[in-house]
Amino acid sequence: MGINLKVNGVTRSIDAEPDTPLLYVLRNDLELNGAKYGCGMTQCGACTVLVNGAVRRSCVTPVGSIEGNDVTTLEGLGTLDKPHPLQQAFIDEQAAQCGYCASGMIMTAADLLIRNPQPREAEIKAALADNLCRCGTHNRIIRAVLRAVKQNVKVSL
Amino acid sequence: MNAPRLSRREFNAALGGIVLSFSLAPKLLNGQAPAQLPGSLHTNRSLDAWLRINADGSVTVFTGKVELGQGIVTALAQIAAEELDVPLASVTMISGDTGRTPNEGQTAGSQSVEQSGTALRMAGAEVRAMLVELAAAKLGVAANTLKVADGVIAAPDGRKVSYGELAATVDLKREATAKAPPKPPAQHRIVGKSVPRIDIPGKMTGAAAFVQDVRLPGMLHGRIVRPPRYGAKLDSVDEARVKAMPGVVAVVRDGSFLGVVARREEQAINARLVLIETARWSGGPALPDPANLYDQLMALRSETRVISEKDAPVPADAKVLEATYRRPYQAHAAIAPSCALAEFKDGKLTVWTHSQGVYPLRATMARALGMQPRDIRCIHAEGAGCYGHNGADDVAFDVALLARAVQGRPVRLQWMRDDEFKWEPYGAAMTMKVKGAVSGGRVVDWAFDVWSQSHNLRPGDPDGINLLGSWYLADAKKPGPARHAAQPNGAGDRNAITRYDFPRQRTTHHLIMEQPVRTSAMRTLGAYANVFAIESFMDELAAAAGIDPVAFRLAHVKDERERAVIEAVAKAANWKPGESYQRSDGRGNASNVLRGRGIGYARYKTVATYNAVIAEVEVNPRTGVVKVPRIWAAADAGQIINPDGLINQIEGGVVQSMSWTLMEQVRFDRNGILSEDWWNYPILTMPDVPKVETVLLNRPNERSLGAGEASQGPTAAAIANAFAAATGRRIRELPLTPERVRAALGSPLTGATSKPARYPSIDAGTDVVK
Repeated sequence: MGINLKVNGVTRSIDAEPDTPLLYVLRNDLELNGAKYGCGMTQCGACTVLVNGAVRRSCVTPVGSIEGNDVTTLEGLGTLDKPHPLQQAFIDEQAAQCGYCASGMIMTAADLLIRNPQPREAEIKAALADNLCRCGTHNRIIRAVLRAVKQNVKVSL
Repeated sequence: MNAPRLSRREFNAALGGIVLSFSLAPKLLNGQAPAQLPGSLHTNRSLDAWLRINADGSVTVFTGKVELGQGIVTALAQIAAEELDVPLASVTMISGDTGRTPNEGQTAGSQSVEQSGTALRMAGAEVRAMLVELAAAKLGVAANTLKVADGVIAAPDGRKVSYGELAATVDLKREATAKAPPKPPAQHRIVGKSVPRIDIPGKMTGAAAFVQDVRLPGMLHGRIVRPPRYGAKLDSVDEARVKAMPGVVAVVRDGSFLGVVARREEQAINARLVLIETARWSGGPALPDPANLYDQLMALRSETRVISEKDAPVPADAKVLEATYRRPYQAHAAIAPSCALAEFKDGKLTVWTHSQGVYPLRATMARALGMQPRDIRCIHAEGAGCYGHNGADDVAFDVALLARAVQGRPVRLQWMRDDEFKWEPYGAAMTMKVKGAVSGGRVVDWAFDVWSQSHNLRPGDPDGINLLGSWYLADAKKPGPARHAAQPNGAGDRNAITRYDFPRQRTTHHLIMEQPVRTSAMRTLGAYANVFAIESFMDELAAAAGIDPVAFRLAHVKDERERAVIEAVAKAANWKPGESYQRSDGRGNASNVLRGRGIGYARYKTVATYNAVIAEVEVNPRTGVVKVPRIWAAADAGQIINPDGLINQIEGGVVQSMSWTLMEQVRFDRNGILSEDWWNYPILTMPDVPKVETVLLNRPNERSLGAGEASQGPTAAAIANAFAAATGRRIRELPLTPERVRAALGSPLTGATSKPARYPSIDAGTDVVK
């Protein structure tokens, strides 16, 4: 057995059943913290990652269904020492209270910027409509994405 | 800066049972109570309980308060660094660990800056003074000639001693005196600044920031199965089938407590599904009928207390109004279901938890498990924002039960989404009846009655075990009783006593002693609903008196700070006395959408942050949808520690309250809770979030006041009042759902089709008694 996954540019062999949700493989086998469990049923967006550059809810994505595909998590954008400019925009806007939704917000914003590098505010809100935030930090998150837009931040994978 | 993260090494160190000791509790000296010390210093009196100076000059700060996403750990670091005169970057924060930190009870009630912040301010000033004395002796100069900057003490002649050099000699194993004066606010360099949060960069880049991210060597994964409804008994379950499933290590059954431990997380989830499928349950009392919920709740056994009373004659010409307001059960609905890890080894239990109170949790778990508290260590690691007592403590107890069954191997238990929604203790459903009278533009009579279940059934109760799982064990434990809480904090009666200057008023709290639906502490406790009711009724009285709502409030405030926040928000919103723009789009154009603005005001707990809010609403009478495009807020939290952090708290409270007010209620029928995920407990989403403009009134010479719960009540009232201003109808039962709005607007609108009424008219729902 063994499923090959390319995660954040590195090919990894995973010893898991093919129907295992990608989320648990990322968190438990690869020890990546970015994607979060929130609901396990695509409702909240906390587990959002990019698969071949497009948003995917990792909580319902069987790992066997994306063998050989490119998976990008929050860790694939940048690091604590060298954050991606989009992550830096979230840091600069202090766009968190608890921060549990942040990874999903950033990955969804990354997807938006790949498709539309200069979104308007309404487009940002629409893109993030299915990502839930419970602390009421929405306006800071929108400002963070707007900051990235203003700085012409490019997301390329 | 060293972010206060839990490193792998720290987890392992914790497993090794490394526990630092320091004196914690005030001792009785010759039978005398110890001298009063400020803040939490009083109950944690040793300086080394709070601060340690390290040989490299860095400082370790210990606090019993924990990060819940409110930014408290950063604010406390600011306070400690300020008083010690060290760079913020040299401070490492250790928080919420029964093995290492002071016992500060719960991180709740917006009291952390007042309790822990005060302790750190006083301890910091005292330790700084001790270091200066030591430096003076070493340098042979008078202490008052020395200057301190960035952890270096300098003599006038240029000789220097660093804190690091004094670390070995400064003796912090002594009781604080609180005699060293803290810095005057004018000298603050770190306090009062919008210092970036120390935890945010890690959270934005995938560092291990949450309890969910804790990974222990050899860790197993657990899941639990709850009954279909409160109090049901487990009759049977196919344990053999589950034990044969891939990866399953143990099925844990104790009475009606049921759980599973597996090697991999998805294996535990699959096993849980089979447990659910094969479990047979019986019994459990029926839930209240939601059709007449509030009447049923008010008919339950309650303890009534008059909590405030003032008498004066009522003028004969007074116009009397009465109204009843209601708030449903509402959920904390953390974005992450609760999670905890535990390991049992050699008779000791270590728990990683996002509990708001590691010490009360430890004490209650010890009783439930028949252990000594000293054999349990509870270490805080962050969860998602909790907004009060959610499943955090319960999952910690659940995982301890699972870990006990697989001794020596750590277990991680992640509740599933429905575990959290159906079993967390909700914010209580409440009924507020208000009767008031106006005469000559003044309120001359006021009677406020509130009925509510308990808002505090947290662990730590001396007479019960407030841990969900324990109630289902074969040796079932009982929860503690509902209790009244002293004012001004109160509980269901928090903010029930109006601060307005009324000559005659009576406030009565009816504490419902039963728990037909499980409730406990949710952000603001009763204040959200009480302020909603008080401030809605103030608008009804203002309308009856024919006075602008802002002017009406200003006529009844007691002090200058109250007046200032109301005036500040009115100015920010450009409030016009008697304003009315029901059928315009805000730019003077005709529109089918009804618009209006409303104000809400409260001083949280009547002693904490002052907060006034103005909301602008748009009501679509056809769909019943209420939108809130803009909200203005003004807050006075005394001396501001971190302005950006304060704005974040106020705005977050505004947005969360808007979600509660327009959308949120726990759904159930007589057979059980129906709100089990985000489809049947929807919350506000990005496209509907208003623009929020916040004005802060800094009071550098006033005590810092808790602000995490200040804006929720005023926001609810501002939205409800804006709705009334827009439509001429008032909705007194939360939330303001489209169905309720359509029902309220069912009859022809008054004043809106022709000429807007100057003030919101009183609709038939208000009984004009006289």
